[in-house]
Amino acid sequence: MAKSPAPPAVPLSNRERPADPKPFEATKEQLLDFYRHMLLIRRFEEKAGQLYGLGFIGGFCHLYIGQEAVAVGLQSALDGDKDSVITGYRDHGHMLAYGIDPKVIMAELTGRAAGISRGKGGSMHMFSTEHKFYGGHGIVGAQVSLGTGLAFGHKYSNDGGVCLAYFGDGAANQGQVYESFNMAELWKLPIIFVIENNQYAMGTSVNRASAEDQLYRRGESFRIPGIQVDGMDVLACRGAAEEALAWVRAGKGPVILEMKTYRYRGHSMSDPAKYRSREEVQGVRDKSDPIEHVKKLLEAEGVTEADLKTIEQDIRKTVNEAADFAESTPEPEETELYTDVLVESY
Amino acid sequence: MAIEIKMPALSPTMEEGTLAKWLVKEGDTVKSGDIMAEIETDKATMEFEAVDEGTIGKIVVAEGTDNVKVGAVIATLLEDGESADAATSAGAGTKDDSPKADAKADEKKPADKVEDSAHPSQEKVETGARQLFEAAKNDGVQDPAIPEGTEMVKTTVREALRDAMAEEMRKDGRVFVMGEEVAQYQGAYKVTQSLLEEFGDRRVIDTPITEYGFAGVGTGAAMGGLKPIIEFMTFNFAMQAIDHIINSAAKTNYMSGGQMRCPIVFRGPNGAASRVGAQHSQNYGPWYASVPGLIVIAPYDAADAKGLLKAAIRSEDPVVFLENELMYGRSFDVPKLDDYVLPIGKARIMREGSHVTLVSYSIGVGLALEAAETLAGEGIEAEVIDLRTLRPLDKQTVLKSLAKTNRLVVVEEGWPTCSIASEITAIVMEEGFDDLDAPVLRVTNEDVPLPYAANLEKKALIDAKKIVATVKKII
Repeated sequence: MAKSPAPPAVPLSNRERPADPKPFEATKEQLLDFYRHMLLIRRFEEKAGQLYGLGFIGGFCHLYIGQEAVAVGLQSALDGDKDSVITGYRDHGHMLAYGIDPKVIMAELTGRAAGISRGKGGSMHMFSTEHKFYGGHGIVGAQVSLGTGLAFGHKYSNDGGVCLAYFGDGAANQGQVYESFNMAELWKLPIIFVIENNQYAMGTSVNRASAEDQLYRRGESFRIPGIQVDGMDVLACRGAAEEALAWVRAGKGPVILEMKTYRYRGHSMSDPAKYRSREEVQGVRDKSDPIEHVKKLLEAEGVTEADLKTIEQDIRKTVNEAADFAESTPEPEETELYTDVLVESY
Repeated sequence: MAIEIKMPALSPTMEEGTLAKWLVKEGDTVKSGDIMAEIETDKATMEFEAVDEGTIGKIVVAEGTDNVKVGAVIATLLEDGESADAATSAGAGTKDDSPKADAKADEKKPADKVEDSAHPSQEKVETGARQLFEAAKNDGVQDPAIPEGTEMVKTTVREALRDAMAEEMRKDGRVFVMGEEVAQYQGAYKVTQSLLEEFGDRRVIDTPITEYGFAGVGTGAAMGGLKPIIEFMTFNFAMQAIDHIINSAAKTNYMSGGQMRCPIVFRGPNGAASRVGAQHSQNYGPWYASVPGLIVIAPYDAADAKGLLKAAIRSEDPVVFLENELMYGRSFDVPKLDDYVLPIGKARIMREGSHVTLVSYSIGVGLALEAAETLAGEGIEAEVIDLRTLRPLDKQTVLKSLAKTNRLVVVEEGWPTCSIASEITAIVMEEGFDDLDAPVLRVTNEDVPLPYAANLEKKALIDAKKIVATVKKII
């Protein structure tokens, strides 16, 4: 599945389409950077899972383990000053890929005043307007319409920005996604719709939920071209992002990227793990792990075991510091209950 | 016998219109479906089709005539074999085709009309909505903030809303209007009339019929820094979009710890219209007013519509702005000021009184004022409060009035259960109990989906009589 090369998009007409993306040709430095970010996400999420088990994190907590190449590959191609990003509730990875301080993310997970949403949002509701990261939305599919609105804003303000709107294979069946597709193409909005197809909407596999399970084709009736991408290969992800950005920045309207990926952990922390076999998960880990893939590339570039170890140690330190901070920093003042309901006073 | 062709009504509330153009002339033959004339009102233009076959006998009302009453004879149609002479005699009743005669014909009360069973004449059915609409003639006192000597301009609620949007769009390039039929069609209820012409299609944007989608697009644009005005053709359709209004727009500022703002206005007609049935007749005031993070405004007259919509557009918070279709065509005085902005969250005393307080909002205010007038004739002085903003609710004005009158009735064009009336009652129990000399009573619509049949609809909706009767229970 995930490792198989992306089949070429089958043109339904002679309309212009983006070219088939090429794998990104990364320098050693770029590869190291991808590796660091992906590993940070992996270790951060493992730690979050651990803290959840210890009762430091409550409510819902959706981990990104297995999908790291998608956020890192795509977001590394963006222009941080102009472009915007929006996603659903599985949002920790996208924030870390953007270089947002792991401490304020972890402190949000533990519901502390120092959290990025001052402890009022939690795992699913994190934002950084400074980084043009617009959430963190808990209603499946809502971020697709909201992202289309961000793209509308880019076009309205003529600021040259593109919106990257992530959603899952589950959200891909929501009606508002298609309402948004229609408007986005009609108005040629600068948006990349990224379907993170991790194969399961909670416990329902794509095949059990989607009449057209080749999700990159879901835009065809709106004339939105789609590209299927190996979401376990960070270079393929980055290459697809380059192609998609070129298309969108040229004013040709939206594009869909279907990222074939896999989540190792359950949908959320309370997942019965009854809908797929342990062998299936282990198979992907063994054969297609996105971090192991980059590790091999780095080794081929002459990066030594010792260098990789140093990186690993650095990241463990960062994550442990974030966890310590998140456990020890205080909860919000009780008066915070009543702030931020409205901006103005009336 | 020649058939009388009568001025049609384009809507249940239309009373008169302009006969803009004749597309047929005397002697032309027409068949069913042929377009005979163009009729205009302040909100719409409609082509008027022939229903019967025949020859145009006499054109009674010339094209370009304004203020042609609904039901006035505008032409006659000769059936096969009839001569023009016959037409003249048939039209004898309206032979002196001066507007005066037309007006006179129309003055007849519907009940007095003698029906020609073959060709029943136009009739104004007694409906509940008509009562609401008629009561809206009642004008209250003006806001005290207007400087002495300010010129007052008669303006319809529709124009006032448009003016508010246009003024704010001139001032702030981030403001745009988006919705179904807001641009080329000029607004389903003509509220956005002429905005496209002034601001172009970058800022006045027609959407597909896709409420959930465009409510989300607007909300996302607001999160990104713009100031959208999202028009719902009616708030009934906003139920498809309510997720974005509540989950996306209202909660994000809080969930982000004050980082992500959502300065957006969702506006459109709300409440019962006229004979449009249950799915198109509902007051969502209580729904939205229950949600922290939203501002909810429901103005009554044109000045408030303008001053409060301007305030709503300027607000950094998401606003649900509930208009009323029956009020759009009503004219009120609007102060001629460069920048007439009203405070959000402040109720207004429409009429002072000492015996009982009537609290209402939106179209109910007109009925409350009408009831107050009747009560005054019987020596009962009612104080009428227009809440204007439903969230945040101006409790102080209500409680202060109660302290004076010691009796309170809430008037609401909406369902009784979990209503604004329920909320006011609870507030009074909690904070005004000692001022009460009688239980708080509610005058609301009946607790049923709004029926279509005119008599049932009338029974379901509030009217001044019900208010008067309720007040008398506690005085």
